[in-house]
Amino acid sequence: MVKKLVKGNIALCEGAIAAGLDAYFGYPITPQNEVPAYMSRKMVELKRVFIQAESELAAANMVLGACATGKRAMTSSSSPGISLKQEAISYMAGMEVPGVIVNVQRGGPGLGNISGSQADYFQAVKGGGHGDYHLIVFAPANAQEMYEIAYNAFDIAQKYRNPVMLLCDGIIGQMMEPVDFNKEPKTKFEYRDWILDGCKGREPRSLKSLLMEDGALEKHNLDLQKKYKLIEENEVKAELYQVEDAEVIIVAYGISSRISKNAIKQAREKGIKAGLIRPITLWPFPSKIIASYAKPGVKFFSVEFSLGQMVEDVKLAVNGKCPVDFLGRAGGGIVSDKDVLNKIIELAK
Amino acid sequence: MKIYEEIISAGFGGQGVLLAGTLIAQAAIEQDLKTTWFPSYGAEMRGGTANSTVIISDEEIGSPVAFAPSALIALNRPSLERFLPKMKEDAVVIANSSLIDSKDFESDKRIKFIPISEIADKEVGNIKTANMVAVGALIKHLQAPSLDSCLKALETAFYAKPKVIPLNIKAVNAGYNYKA
Repeated sequence: MVKKLVKGNIALCEGAIAAGLDAYFGYPITPQNEVPAYMSRKMVELKRVFIQAESELAAANMVLGACATGKRAMTSSSSPGISLKQEAISYMAGMEVPGVIVNVQRGGPGLGNISGSQADYFQAVKGGGHGDYHLIVFAPANAQEMYEIAYNAFDIAQKYRNPVMLLCDGIIGQMMEPVDFNKEPKTKFEYRDWILDGCKGREPRSLKSLLMEDGALEKHNLDLQKKYKLIEENEVKAELYQVEDAEVIIVAYGISSRISKNAIKQAREKGIKAGLIRPITLWPFPSKIIASYAKPGVKFFSVEFSLGQMVEDVKLAVNGKCPVDFLGRAGGGIVSDKDVLNKIIELAK
Repeated sequence: MKIYEEIISAGFGGQGVLLAGTLIAQAAIEQDLKTTWFPSYGAEMRGGTANSTVIISDEEIGSPVAFAPSALIALNRPSLERFLPKMKEDAVVIANSSLIDSKDFESDKRIKFIPISEIADKEVGNIKTANMVAVGALIKHLQAPSLDSCLKALETAFYAKPKVIPLNIKAVNAGYNYKA
């Protein structure tokens, strides 16, 4: 199979389409505009649903509605637009509706700028919307992964009846790489006994997040926690790169993991044992994997295009067993491989 | 030998610098090399400056952003001024002398001045092919991609518009065969 040179944003569309995406709802914003543009043509050709909504809020709520009927639906946006979608995201978490949301991050806060950024980690992983909930959050680091993660996201969302987020950034979305479009289109899906597809001949069902009965909401929350525990046990994914003998371990995801790999190669050439743990799922976070490398003499640091967000989870995972440092830049500033290398050298002393 | 090139293609919006980068990346694929392509994006417009960064390697590529570029195509003066200070000491720099006065940059021995727009206009017969002339002129000085891969890549890049392929082949060849 010949690999095609495509943008990360397009690879993501192809993955979602191959996964059997029934409906895409979006609203334009850089740097994810390729997604609605491509979907507006492709989804119509395939006789599936494409709607440019009147706002980000509407688009996210359309995903909620479509997924409630058992369809596979997705929305995408970039940071400020994702803030607007938070109401629907919290509702989907509460109603256990398996929508897929894509955030191709740009600089913030506020309207920010259009450069690649990783400053929405807290928003994606720690809530964003209100209530005790988790999204399953994936962080693709290349175009092939954009394709593969989008391809699998809908199955995982439906398996757990939980919204899934793909947290990428402007650089991963905008860059082109060769992609092997090697997945079979998914067509057959199991019937689910919770979907709202018309109650003719059966008991009516409802999906809601308003639970006013005495104790009902607490019980619902406890049930959600049981589900989250199951997800934490089963769905953690991380890439390990030269960590076995590493004395300095970087934890980085997405674009910053790629720059870190360059620096690790350069460090190894200088005889410094550096390695990388790259979370592919940001929630559930690979805490146990990180903890297993937190041995005496090892130093950790996280590299982020933010001023220090994921580093908090690295510290929790390391749990005081090793020092944890941080390197990052904000607002579209790019951490260079030299910056990372210098940090490695500083810590290796 | 280890292959690693960080190539920047820059010029006015509308000069086809993004496509020039795409062609180089596609040529790398034809040669079974790894590649990434990253554009300047968003607030670009016709008449403004645009650029794309292509990385080619025989190993997995880390950053798609170039921190020490090894090659530059500068189709206009603002692009040459912007990227020259970032280039590696032994970088290959192709500058369009049709639009840039070479006298102002004489002290920099890395720069190869080539009348790219003029070659595109007079020799190839279409000023729009300046980007392809520049690709031809550049790859002669790089480890990869090869001329053959570039010509093959043209067929992939223009598969929807096969009519323009011969003209673009002519342009790449004209750049490659240019002698100062």
